[in-house]
Amino acid sequence: MRFLLTDEQRDFARTLDALLGASGTPAAVRSWAAGDHKPGRDLWARLAEAGVFALAVPEEHGGLGPLPLELTVAFIELGRHAVPGPLVETAAAAAFLHRMGDAEAATAWLPRIAAGDALVGLCPDGAPFALDADATDTVLVVRDDTVCRTGTHGPVQPALDPARRLARPLGGTVLARGPAVTAAARHATDLARLLTAAQALGLGRALLAGTVDHVGQRTQFGRAIGSFQAVKHRLADTLIGLEFAQPLVYAAALALAADAPSAGAEAAAAKAAAGEAGYAAARTALQLHGAVGYTDEPDLSLWIRKARPLRDAWGTPAECRARVLAE
Amino acid sequence: MDLDASAADAAFRDEARAWLAAHVPARPLPSLETRAGFAAHRDWEAELAADRWSVVSWPAEYGGRDASLFQWLIFEEEYYAAGAPGRVGQNGINLLAPTLFEHGTPEQCARVLGPMATGEVVWAQAWSEPEAGSDLASLRATAVRTAGGWHLRGQKTWSSRAAFADRAFGLFRSQPDTPRPHQGLTYLMFPLDAPGVTVRPIGRLDGKPAFAELFLDDVFVPDTDVIGEPGQGWRVAMSTAGNERGLTLRSPGRFSAAAERLTALWRETADPADTALRDRVADAVIGARAYQLFTYANASRLAEGSSLGAESSLNKVFWSELDIALHETALDLLGPYGALADDADEAPAHGGWADGWTFSLAGPVYAGTNEIQRNIIAERLLGLPKEARG
Ligand SMILES: Cc1cc2nc3c(=O)[nH]c(=O)nc-3n(C[C@H](O)[C@H](O)[C@H](O)COP(=O)(O)OP(=O)(O)OC[C@H]3O[C@@H](n4cnc5c(N)ncnc54)[C@H](O)[C@@H]3O)c2cc1C
Repeated sequence: MRFLLTDEQRDFARTLDALLGASGTPAAVRSWAAGDHKPGRDLWARLAEAGVFALAVPEEHGGLGPLPLELTVAFIELGRHAVPGPLVETAAAAAFLHRMGDAEAATAWLPRIAAGDALVGLCPDGAPFALDADATDTVLVVRDDTVCRTGTHGPVQPALDPARRLARPLGGTVLARGPAVTAAARHATDLARLLTAAQALGLGRALLAGTVDHVGQRTQFGRAIGSFQAVKHRLADTLIGLEFAQPLVYAAALALAADAPSAGAEAAAAKAAAGEAGYAAARTALQLHGAVGYTDEPDLSLWIRKARPLRDAWGTPAECRARVLAE
Repeated sequence: MDLDASAADAAFRDEARAWLAAHVPARPLPSLETRAGFAAHRDWEAELAADRWSVVSWPAEYGGRDASLFQWLIFEEEYYAAGAPGRVGQNGINLLAPTLFEHGTPEQCARVLGPMATGEVVWAQAWSEPEAGSDLASLRATAVRTAGGWHLRGQKTWSSRAAFADRAFGLFRSQPDTPRPHQGLTYLMFPLDAPGVTVRPIGRLDGKPAFAELFLDDVFVPDTDVIGEPGQGWRVAMSTAGNERGLTLRSPGRFSAAAERLTALWRETADPADTALRDRVADAVIGARAYQLFTYANASRLAEGSSLGAESSLNKVFWSELDIALHETALDLLGPYGALADDADEAPAHGGWADGWTFSLAGPVYAGTNEIQRNIIAERLLGLPKEARG
């Protein structure tokens, strides 16, 4: 047993962190929210070059994976930098297409996903909206045991996080039907939960780091506000939440990589814990930044707004908790 | 990264499980916080020790099995899963022994560790004083130099199990006028039945009599019972404190087993429509798993030669709050039966929740309060400015 990332995995995370830090990500988020996808797609292309999407795609379709653990490492960094777009959905769609057993669809889409050319939406059964349907090349919609593919959607709805653009998928042609679809959708949901959890964790880490910086500099009553206990204790609790969510995320990645029977429950546990920890980090960041935290000019706002939707995407905490106890 | 047990670890687990299945008493022992329970638990320590299960991670020469940290965690998981008795020797085994391994002389190790491993000598921790809890360095009990040793004077309090224990270890002020309160302290061991020691039991919240305060009136301690250098007691003690908050005091097995029992209780008793209660059960299960995994990560780091510092404060806050959540949720599931003591005629089948709840409430207080731990986390792990003091 060695429950620690390898040096290679850590290096990969550092590389992505540096790449995203140098890429003007906040500007890409703001453009994305305004409906201009160009900077976001450029970012996406750089991530593809670094190998991120290839990790979701099996070797026979031009990828390196599927490697849930490495994907998780990457998604923590994507979350840390609040990268916009249907990242989780595209990775989960890759898993879905691979497992569903339709060779034609797999051959058509998986190499493009690996190369970063295709943004793919995925709507699980019961989900009303597709994320970023106005930016995706296609959307896969699962209803019962059927999956459709569509390129059209209703109007983009104003949303809590304007950089997560929500629209109803419309129409579509049936790709496949039957138990293989259901099984593939279940697996894709587990992976999507894991990667959403990873994003929430990275987002929370960034919010905590930014807030620690702020409270170390901002003074009131003649001293740094970070020396006040009420401030310190809230940040300590934020760290505890994130620290104890992280191993759940890695363990879920291992379970998915091994196709373990516990994978569904572990992904749900990771999602519930990391989603809550990321959201708590956002609440803390907002509070401890004072009014600065409530304005949208600082980039902080981009992170704060993402926390709640990430907590609820791919299964609310209540759904995930129910899943944990389902076996 | 992996969570796979090696063949040796799997074999160790099987061996531990088989031994526990054959030896764990069928009926729970009486509470170790009572005189009769204390004696019964001391016998249990001896039974564990006879087959070298009392201190698995120690070197074989002191009665251990040279088990790795992972094997120790495995043993603890099996121990709690088997519903085995609480460990009356835990203060000595978890707090004093690691200190001796780090700072003790070979003579001290040879003399102290064997009888500790068998339960023949049960140790109490004598750190706190009525005026020195969180601010431990403000302690006032003194150690005064005398021929061949020291005279201890003063009062210690809230010493777990000291009413029935044999010996104690604690910190004493040996130099009265140092610039900082952390200096001039000496770490000593002393017998609780020595001339000059008065042990007065203090009932805890549960009324049980094992907790005690100690009055020390010129108690003689020979030089051979000083741990580390005289005057260096703070440094010696802090290595113990790290153990207390971190891994060794609260291994994950205890919470994993409680989470299993809670899930079973929920399946048997809960109204499926009560999703609020279901969410709390799930959170407790998730929390226990998170603590287990976090510990595996720490153990992996330790196995590679890192040491745990202020990180142990993360553990302390997490396990103490988790323990309360587990037990409060169980009491809610039990409804009217949650109000019964564990030894009531009509106490519920999955016993132990009442005692467990009462004890869990102390978690955020002992081993350094959670407020103090949060200060440590904020200052040492997050690098926030120190509090204004004085
Ligand atoms: C069940 C149990 C077993 C124990 N066993 C032992 C034992 O075996 N041996 C032993 O030596 N001791 C033992 N103790 C004592 C324990 O270590 C102390 O209770 C603990 O260190 C807190 O000290 P205190 O009780 O003096 O509280 P105080 O220090 O008076 O604190 C009271 C409250 O004030 C808060 N507070 C104090 N200072 C600060 C600060 N700077 N910032 C924020 N908040 C602060 C505390 O967090 C706490 O909430 C035990 C206690 C319990 C409850």
